[in-house]
Amino acid sequence: MSEERRDVLTGTYFVIGDVAAAEGAIAAGCRFFAGYPITPSSELAEHMAVRLPEVGGVYIQMEDELGSMAALVGASYAGAKPMTATSGPGFSLMQENIGLAAMLEAPVVVVNVMRGGPSTGQPTKPGQQDVMQAKWGSHGDYEIIALAPSTVQECFDFTIEAFNYAEQYRTPVIVLMDEILGHTREKLVIPEPDQIRVVNRKRPKVPPEEYKPFEPEEDLVPPMAILGEGYRFYATGLTHNEQGFPRTDDPYEQEKLVRRLCDKIRRNKEKIVRVEEYMLEDADVAVIAFGSVARAAKAAVKLARKKGIRAGLLRLKTIWPFPEHIIERLAESVKSFVVAELNYGQIVREVERRVDYRRITFLPKFGEALHTPHEILEGIVRSVRGGKP
Amino acid sequence: MGRYEIRLGGLGGQGIILAGVVIGRAAAVYAGMNAVMGQSYGPEARGGASRSEVIISDEEIDYPRTLEPDLLAVMSQAAYEKYIGDLKPGGILVIDPDLVKVDDRAKKASKIYAVPATRIAESLGRRIVANMVLVGALTAITKLVPKEAMENSVKASVPPGTEALNLRAFNTGYEYGLRLLKEGEVEVKA
Amino acid sequence: MTTVVVEKLDVFKTHPLGKYLRRGMIPHIWCTGCGYGILMGEFLRAIDELGLDPDKIVIVSGIGCISRIPGYLNLDGLHVTHGRAIAVATGVKLANPDLHVVVFGGDGDLFAIGGNHFIHAARRNIEMTVICGNNFNYGMTGGQVAPTTPLQGRTTTSPYGNLENPFNLVYLAAAAGATYVARWTAIHVKWLRESIKKALMKKGFSFIEYISPCPEYYGRRNRMRDPLDWMRWFKEKSVIMNGIDPAKAELSMDRIVVGEFVDYERPGYVELLKQLERRVQESLKKRGIRTHARL
Repeated sequence: MSEERRDVLTGTYFVIGDVAAAEGAIAAGCRFFAGYPITPSSELAEHMAVRLPEVGGVYIQMEDELGSMAALVGASYAGAKPMTATSGPGFSLMQENIGLAAMLEAPVVVVNVMRGGPSTGQPTKPGQQDVMQAKWGSHGDYEIIALAPSTVQECFDFTIEAFNYAEQYRTPVIVLMDEILGHTREKLVIPEPDQIRVVNRKRPKVPPEEYKPFEPEEDLVPPMAILGEGYRFYATGLTHNEQGFPRTDDPYEQEKLVRRLCDKIRRNKEKIVRVEEYMLEDADVAVIAFGSVARAAKAAVKLARKKGIRAGLLRLKTIWPFPEHIIERLAESVKSFVVAELNYGQIVREVERRVDYRRITFLPKFGEALHTPHEILEGIVRSVRGGKP
Repeated sequence: MGRYEIRLGGLGGQGIILAGVVIGRAAAVYAGMNAVMGQSYGPEARGGASRSEVIISDEEIDYPRTLEPDLLAVMSQAAYEKYIGDLKPGGILVIDPDLVKVDDRAKKASKIYAVPATRIAESLGRRIVANMVLVGALTAITKLVPKEAMENSVKASVPPGTEALNLRAFNTGYEYGLRLLKEGEVEVKA
Repeated sequence: MTTVVVEKLDVFKTHPLGKYLRRGMIPHIWCTGCGYGILMGEFLRAIDELGLDPDKIVIVSGIGCISRIPGYLNLDGLHVTHGRAIAVATGVKLANPDLHVVVFGGDGDLFAIGGNHFIHAARRNIEMTVICGNNFNYGMTGGQVAPTTPLQGRTTTSPYGNLENPFNLVYLAAAAGATYVARWTAIHVKWLRESIKKALMKKGFSFIEYISPCPEYYGRRNRMRDPLDWMRWFKEKSVIMNGIDPAKAELSMDRIVVGEFVDYERPGYVELLKQLERRVQESLKKRGIRTHARL
């Protein structure tokens, strides 16, 4: 028993999504968690509070979400792989320092177990209303990566992937879960440690006197020195040059920096984006959904097929960067789209940027519960009839 | 076996949630099947009513919520009133007859089983294990998940130190369930 | 004809503290008569005299004039969001307890927008040093009212006089749980240096309030436009009262009580965290289990 690793608890379990995400984080090498309790993410923090001391990590409950997110940036620069977990109201407070993490290119992971909003909203009910906030929540131009699991297993898998993306691209990565996933128990298989791919940030290859903390390599990502290693670097939230020095009045440096912060994600979009394509090969109508809703959508697609309707599902596993190239390709082969989400229209706007809105049937849902498969089936039927009920 | 939906309803303190966990864990962890379990959260969970729902399948489970439970087990009149409408026509209804009186609406069930789980638990000395008596009976009645898998799940799910008591409750419920299968179901008195 | 090559004077080499300054970042942005240069100098003398490994010192700052310090120092430095320096520093310290973590912040940064982080870091007794440059107003943004602006003090946003009672920062720090608390002005350079040394070696949350002249902004509106006005004020009105109850450590135009007010020991957060970690891991070993979590 003592030979076994405490960080990767290889085995089969029946746990909630919050716990699976926490275990995924630890398996990915997360050893720092700073957070603030909020339903429906608190179970994730509680699990980290039990687990992190066991693996030599640090759990701290901060005074608020502003401080939690700030602590993550500090811990990231001190060499840790840090994470926090929250829900809508806390996610709003974190935006300030998600922007800081984007600017300082600090690898951090934020799990947002979405509930109904706005404001305090519905603490114990699911939502998918933070899609746009995840992308545009902090001020200024930047890109982030957001993943959206649909099962408890994916809460584990995608959290590992979130850390890998964060480390690879030096960017904040958001895991957009929802209350249903957070609180639903399901089978979780934790593989052997050698079956888990773990990516670590690039480190400087040059001595301190030659090191420029924001000088990118070909992939536009700069190697990252760690505090206390002798690199004696300076990182500022002000517009800075490659050396890290403030260049707030220099339009050239501003353009160079902002372009790089965005392009390091945009140019790697095709490597980052993950989708599941289900029965789309011959589909006339494509349902687009993510998270828990995608499971209702898959059930609906099966029902539609039974009725002889050629429906398929495009499940978004990554939300940001948005898989517009895949939507564009799909628009060539399908006649119409159905977009189902637990909000009043967020993903559908992104789809509309690539597809004529007249080809889209939008199925919003507000709080309390998931779409039922029959509700989505109804949308599919309406969609193949050209929008007529 | 395809998708099978179970809903358990009762009062806070009856261990309804743990009963769901035991069934789901048995299927998912110890029987190589898939299981999804949801439960009532928040103010609802702290008040009187308690509910858990488990979906079991040997295939991938897409929709993670129960739509029309194949089996409804209720341990309070309030839960019966609230959930009987959702029971799939031809489904199975299990009640604790000391706590629940059924009416005409129960006729949609193909079978009704009366498991006096609370009384049996009291006879074992601890009313608190009524949930495991119920789980035992359900194991016998549904034959969904092998008994050994259920026993392993009971051991893994109950508070440490209470395994023996809970297993005794489970087995007593299981035996009771087997007897019910032989003797048949209860009559619905409208 | 011979050419004489005159080597350019390299202060980074010739000045005794030059090795601590970051090439490319000097000159600084501070106004004539600002007190932050004095503070920065004394800080450098303090780490030099202590012989601390410069590679193991991390400076964290938020937004404000004083927050430019990590840019000027040839040490690891993070210049982060307004008010959040202590929270960022908390992350740094907990992720690598071997580092000396120092926060420089202004009165607005640390006690208005960042006040919550300050009191909680002090309460937790996180092993870090926080040095607040108190100049009675928001200098960087052009001289607005701050939580330390004296009653009736005039600023751009209290043009008719400040209605709000200012914080007594040392009293606040002591009440929140800081284990070392001191206050000095820009004329108390030797005391300041010794105080910084003590703070840096403290195994807990240490806090120094540094009263700094701000002739350009606060002074302009309050009849202290000349830097010397400030030095005279400090010289004439300050009194050293070590060990006095910080509640009684007055800071007004009539009297500036300076000194060390708090200095005691209680376990720091990192120390407690390490103890907890040991306890948890020993329990796992003893019970022969991988985790305490019920999965």
